[in-house]
Amino acid sequence: MTPLTWAMAVAQALLYAAAAPLLIGWVRKVKARLQNRRGPALVQPYRDLYKLFAKEVRVAHTASPLYRLAPYLIFAAIWLAAASVPLVALGLPTTTIADMIVLVGLLGLARVFLALAGMDVGTAFGGMGASREMLVAALAEPALLMVIFTLAMTAHSTSLSGVIDYQLAADFVPRPSFVFALGGLILLSLAETGRIPVDNPTTHLELTMVHEAMVLEYSGRHLALLEWAAQVKLLLYGALIANLFLPWGIAEGLAPAALVLGLAAILVKLAVLGVALAVAETVLAKMRLFRVPAFLNLALLLGLLGLLSHVILEVGA
Amino acid sequence: MTLAELPPLEQWMLLVAAFVLFTSFVLLAQARLVSAIHAFAWQGALIATLTLIVAQAEQSSHLWFSALLTLALKALLIPWMLHRLVRRLQIARDSEALRWPTLAIMAAVALVIFSYWLVLPMVAQELTFTRNIVAISLAVVLIGLLMMVVRQQAVAQVLGFMSIENGLFLAAVSTTGGMPLFVELGVAFDVLVAMVLFGVFFFQIRESIDSLDVDRLNRLTETQPEGQTETRTGETP
Repeated sequence: MTPLTWAMAVAQALLYAAAAPLLIGWVRKVKARLQNRRGPALVQPYRDLYKLFAKEVRVAHTASPLYRLAPYLIFAAIWLAAASVPLVALGLPTTTIADMIVLVGLLGLARVFLALAGMDVGTAFGGMGASREMLVAALAEPALLMVIFTLAMTAHSTSLSGVIDYQLAADFVPRPSFVFALGGLILLSLAETGRIPVDNPTTHLELTMVHEAMVLEYSGRHLALLEWAAQVKLLLYGALIANLFLPWGIAEGLAPAALVLGLAAILVKLAVLGVALAVAETVLAKMRLFRVPAFLNLALLLGLLGLLSHVILEVGA
Repeated sequence: MTLAELPPLEQWMLLVAAFVLFTSFVLLAQARLVSAIHAFAWQGALIATLTLIVAQAEQSSHLWFSALLTLALKALLIPWMLHRLVRRLQIARDSEALRWPTLAIMAAVALVIFSYWLVLPMVAQELTFTRNIVAISLAVVLIGLLMMVVRQQAVAQVLGFMSIENGLFLAAVSTTGGMPLFVELGVAFDVLVAMVLFGVFFFQIRESIDSLDVDRLNRLTETQPEGQTETRTGETP
């Protein structure tokens, strides 16, 4: 816990905030190319955020203080959650003091405030979006915890750094529980970050939107913060999938060479994940909302099977 | 003995066994018939792979043959026959929603835990680590049974029956290094004949009750279906 490691932790957190729009820009670019469009430039999300920050904030006259406070709380909670996920280097203080359960809690906090803010103004869309978001959340959270317990049982630690350390220290072993947990986590990330097939991030069609319905009333810097928070959340889940299950390349020390290698590794992994996400969003259609519980049940089942296969197959008699 | 201490081939064996269990769940919950048949074919292919790995690990030549037999029969021939039947019965696009899908899945999870509990004393005796696959195969058998209980569609019930056979085969391969070749050939032949007979039965059931929903066999009186259709048409306006 020297000042140097803390400086690195802060730098990593800043990297999360700085790199998040780039990931979404990359996903949009790949998706556009797949649909035979040229697509906007990679830096377009930065320009959008800049534009929104410069704009005037309009607040409905029925809004309570919570409505003004919520964007800051949501961004702070998601950013803090992101800081606890190792991105480039292991063993940073922020990643060791907060474990995976804290991560789930912080994401839950952000979600509660988002739903409250959605209902605050009292429009029909906000309430509808909030109720849908809570439907997804109520089913996704237990599944996420199942996935986390699967990992924690293997690594004997609920800390993300601990799990990654364990993965790096052990030889490569084909673990059925990790395969199931990976499948579950991928389904959950799609649901939690509001991507197709659960939610369409680009639509403003009233019947299908979930996340967009809640932030419909926001404008100016409030909207910018909410969008930025959603982008950080996508990067967070991407880093979670990439580093928990394929941790190779991440910097274990703070030597400059290792850090550069770690940065390159995570960039490659996230680029590949971004392409996979774009392909999935191109070939899949959005599900009806009433099919979403079945989708999340599959994630829960994968988590449960991960736990069971760990107990049955991996722990010796 | 933990997973990392096992020889690599046995590790892969466990991974494939876990996938077999997963395909069982897919079979149980898959509403569309054609997709369920595909899931069954995948289960057969996975079991053939597992047999191949066991053959490689134990260097027994007759398991090579039985892996080939499994692949040909359960991953290719039977799914193809079922596919053809479903097309000829014109129910390829049918989907049959389970009445309580989540409940069925949770019951299947409970069955997995139950079969593990049953196998625990066996494992505690002296047996080597891979025999935990017995728990998986027992679970596959029980989930097959559950599938025959909760599904109403005759073709889906046959899939459940076939996956029971898959589970038994898995148990035989993983614990004893495979049954004698004659037994294996006999069972394979039985399954094939059963498949042909099921095909004939499907057409018979279909001819007599005009549906493959087996629940309708419970009411075999002549007048009842007509009375029901009358009340139904009476209710709709």
